Amino acid sequence: MESLLAILIGVLFASAIYMILRRGIIKLIIGLAFLAHACNLLIFTIATTVRGKAPLIEEGEKHITEGVADPLPQALVLTAIVIGFGVMAFAIVLIQQVYQTLGVGDVVELKENDTPINKISNNDNNED
Amino acid sequence: MNALLIAPILFPLILGLLTIAFWKYRNIQRIINLIGSFVFLIIGFLLLKEVLSEGIQSFQSGSWIAPYGITIIADTFSAIMVFITSFMALIISIYSISSMGNVTLICAKMLRKRRQFSYYPLLNIMYMGICGAFLTGDLFNMYVWFEVLLISSFILLAMDGTKEQLAATFKYVTINLVSSAFFLIGIGFVYGMTGTLNLADLAVKIPELENQALVTLVSVFFLICFGIKAAVFPLFFWLPASYHTPPISIAAIFAGMLTKVGVYSLIRVFTLLFVQDVGYTHNILLWIAGFTMLVGVLGAASHFDMRRILAFHSISQIGYMIAGLALYTPLAIAGAIFFMIHHTLVKGNLFLVAGLVNKVKGNYDIRNIGGIANAYPFLAVLFLIPALSLAGIPPLSGFWAKFFIVKPGLETGEYIMVATALFVGLITLYSMIKIWTYAFWSKDPGVIKESIIKQRVFSKENVFMTIPIICLIIAMLATAFYPEPFFQIAQKASNELINTTDYVNAVLGGNAK
Repeated sequence: MESLLAILIGVLFASAIYMILRRGIIKLIIGLAFLAHACNLLIFTIATTVRGKAPLIEEGEKHITEGVADPLPQALVLTAIVIGFGVMAFAIVLIQQVYQTLGVGDVVELKENDTPINKISNNDNNED
Repeated sequence: MNALLIAPILFPLILGLLTIAFWKYRNIQRIINLIGSFVFLIIGFLLLKEVLSEGIQSFQSGSWIAPYGITIIADTFSAIMVFITSFMALIISIYSISSMGNVTLICAKMLRKRRQFSYYPLLNIMYMGICGAFLTGDLFNMYVWFEVLLISSFILLAMDGTKEQLAATFKYVTINLVSSAFFLIGIGFVYGMTGTLNLADLAVKIPELENQALVTLVSVFFLICFGIKAAVFPLFFWLPASYHTPPISIAAIFAGMLTKVGVYSLIRVFTLLFVQDVGYTHNILLWIAGFTMLVGVLGAASHFDMRRILAFHSISQIGYMIAGLALYTPLAIAGAIFFMIHHTLVKGNLFLVAGLVNKVKGNYDIRNIGGIANAYPFLAVLFLIPALSLAGIPPLSGFWAKFFIVKPGLETGEYIMVATALFVGLITLYSMIKIWTYAFWSKDPGVIKESIIKQRVFSKENVFMTIPIICLIIAMLATAFYPEPFFQIAQKASNELINTTDYVNAVLGGNAK
């Protein structure tokens, strides 16, 4: 199971990097989503995976019996998923705004929009 | 004392919620925020006082015994950083009274205005995240606080929704998501190796591991993650691409505090956790520091927009702090901490002065403005003092900050680093003189319409922009002429960082190995 997950994580990281390096901003966001999933799966796998056994202490025992998955990283992953979901939602709204305001869907074109600093603005808008 | 420890995290949250409650009433928001910032400063001061007199304070949330629950811990270093955060919060909240408020063109700016209602809530939530990151004693919890401060900084950066801001925010969001991914990977590996994420517990368990090479490898994940946040040499490109776009008060708090969170985390993990192979990791850090200083200052020398120059200088100055960490002697780390205090005051100040320059001249590009020294001599003085301090002219605070980095550098024989640091100081001076000659001494080239330049420095609303600048200058002069108490505190913090037993004992109780 772990080796299978390890391969999956590797594939996810590879595709995440590939997608992040592409030009389209939607593809970039998809890449970032893959990256987050790969990290979550990595933490999940590090905790070892055991099927069908709850990490509960048997009655009368003091310690957990061997052969269960560590539950703490799963809790961490849950937290990371929720945070990642929020950030991803923001990122998607952001690229929608970028597309509407700048009319570009491409990081190379986006770059041309960040240097209007030398233009002289002759209105009060510039007063912050 | 638990209440005082948790207060710097809870209080900004309460303040944020209160300002949300008065969503549509800007004036009430401002008043709440101003009073709240005073209280926040008092909390920061009390915490620092408590830590200085009573030693490291820690608190287990939910009363879970040490390595299992989330630890909130304040050592001197954390307390200093929380205090500076609260100080900057007050400064920014005074400055914001005039700078964010008076959008004069009503109709076309309705959208802009509506967006700015979220300014105070977001700012306070960001302070919560910053203080949380400073005070937490748990690696995963630190990740959560990072996300809290990041998501609010994303929105603050994009708040006006202009083209430049959106383009800048897009880059900032992307790079920070990648950095968070590195942080998570690092956390995953650390947990896999040790089975704990409590910083103090890790400090005990990491040296006991057999595979120290793996520890060094994992430390690089943290180096990359915090390096991106701190904007160090190969990872800084997002900073000059984004810090020149937001309103100046936001840029000031970003340049003053946000990169410091990255530096704080770097210093924390590379003094507490990853110190087994100092010859390797801290040597990397030293090279990074040298290149960060050099590349940052060369970038600054090549630009003409005041905000871009200042943003590049932030990078360059981060290099000095990393150098202090990399030298890894008590004096050097104390120097790095002193440098952080100095830089927050000076860089925040210079950004605020840039905002004032923009207010009276209508532009940030120093080629388009001029003659400020004649028209507004007081403003010129306000710029000159922090500018000379940034360049490190004695007896201003920048001189002491650089001195405490250079001296241990000479003691440990890192002559190349020392030479770089001094050379960079020279170019810093050059680029400050460049701003001075173009914007303050030369004649106004007259490209900006006269209607823009109608306000005086001491018109009623500008008083609120000048007061915080003067406050910062006074604080900076205090660190310059009486550096001893500040440096003693920094030295105390650095001793606590080097001798980790106090930190470990404060969390795990006396029974730590």
